[in-house]
Amino acid sequence: MTSASDRIRQLLDAAGMARCLDEMAAAIYQRWKGEPRLALVGVYQRGVPFARALRQRLRDRGMEPDFGKIDITQYRDDLQTMTVLPKLEGSEITFDLEDAVVILCDEVIHTARTTRAALEELLGFGRPRCVQIAALVDRAGRELPLYPRYSGIETDLPAGERVCVRFVDGDGVDEVFTCPWEKK
Amino acid sequence: MSLKTPRKDLLDIASLSDEEIEFVLANAVPFKDLFKRSVKKVPTLKGRTVLTLFYEPSTRTRSSFEVAANRLSADVTHFDIESSSVVKGESVLDTVETLESMRADYIVVRHKQSGTPNLIAKNTRASVINAGDGWHAHPTQALLDAFTLREKMRDLRGARALIVGDIQHSRVARSTSLILRRLGMSLAYLAPGSMMPRETPDEVGLFGNWDDALSWRPDVVYLLRVQSERLDEPFFPTAAEYHKNYGLTDARVGILRERGLWLMHPGPVNRGVEITDTGMNYERSLINAQVENGIAVRMSVLYWLRPGALEDS
Repeated sequence: MTSASDRIRQLLDAAGMARCLDEMAAAIYQRWKGEPRLALVGVYQRGVPFARALRQRLRDRGMEPDFGKIDITQYRDDLQTMTVLPKLEGSEITFDLEDAVVILCDEVIHTARTTRAALEELLGFGRPRCVQIAALVDRAGRELPLYPRYSGIETDLPAGERVCVRFVDGDGVDEVFTCPWEKK
Repeated sequence: MSLKTPRKDLLDIASLSDEEIEFVLANAVPFKDLFKRSVKKVPTLKGRTVLTLFYEPSTRTRSSFEVAANRLSADVTHFDIESSSVVKGESVLDTVETLESMRADYIVVRHKQSGTPNLIAKNTRASVINAGDGWHAHPTQALLDAFTLREKMRDLRGARALIVGDIQHSRVARSTSLILRRLGMSLAYLAPGSMMPRETPDEVGLFGNWDDALSWRPDVVYLLRVQSERLDEPFFPTAAEYHKNYGLTDARVGILRERGLWLMHPGPVNRGVEITDTGMNYERSLINAQVENGIAVRMSVLYWLRPGALEDS
């Protein structure tokens, strides 16, 4: 985990993050209230607690969306050259994807290559009626034409910086900050 | 758990670390989940070539590797020994040189001579997977056996497996014994004297008849295939004798059922020799599960190995 000394700047504190999550959940609710086939699907790793945070807020509003997880490891184009071979988490889509409305949740969208991989993996499970993208942080620098329908903040960062998102659920703290690329 | 040291080849069980065994078994779980999806394919090995090189006949193992490689989106080619220059006298290494020129990334090899996969591995940058060599090893069978048992028993520590049949001449018995013991199981062998290994670890029980073997209270009975070509050899029982004394007769299936024991067999089975129709229909038989799991485990092995990796097995 990135230590405090690695951070360059804070983008959101816990209160700011809560506000973003509330607004995003409100927007999803506004668009899909009454939809019985709504599902939130988080992209490993931190797209999962992000999706859970949104799901909790939708539950607070009386909705009960389905929930799933997507592991894109096998879609990585650098897999064969990685020095540390990751264990596969495995995707979990236990609900029926046919005709479902899926909100694909990733904590950050930047080039959108992860999103493309996640879409490809998701569609291996079936044919949803519709997929929308939710990202807590929408970072400029798109390399593929995929854009979030729901986002918390937009940012444009220098090439040497990356966005780090931490969730109480798993990390013990809600926070978004930037850190150097090489410090993973 | 991630793996920091890449491995080029899978040649046997003995050279694997505990961490590597766990890595392969753990990753086979999401690969098996893939079989339930509408699209049973992932792009993991897109653009890679898997070559199957079988100097001995095989239907199951070869197909299992081919399905595994196809589900990982690799290009799969079978090097047909029967119609190749091998039958005209080409040496194994000459063949490997040819395959090297074809830029194969993975070579799955089966050979009657123990050690042939090791020889090939030393002479190619491709990852070599031993799909059975002589009496020596059959590591993917061992991994799939362990995976299959883990699905049923979760923790194998302290559980007991009885392996029945031609232990001495069986690469399956050798590799599966090794992995099950590594995972904490107790082992015993039941075999006629001519099929019992000359040397076995002290802690492996040795039995000459079913009554004694079953009184050892195994949790799993693992039948080995009787190689029909060996039935004519001296000191080897006839098929009928073998069945009566060492086969899983209907009466013995009744005992397995009474005690709720798991039944395994690497296939293909000889009905009426090591097993009967009743045995094949036994509700706690894992034989079909072994076939299905074989694909998932072989996908996991292909995912794990790194062609050209420096750290050789």
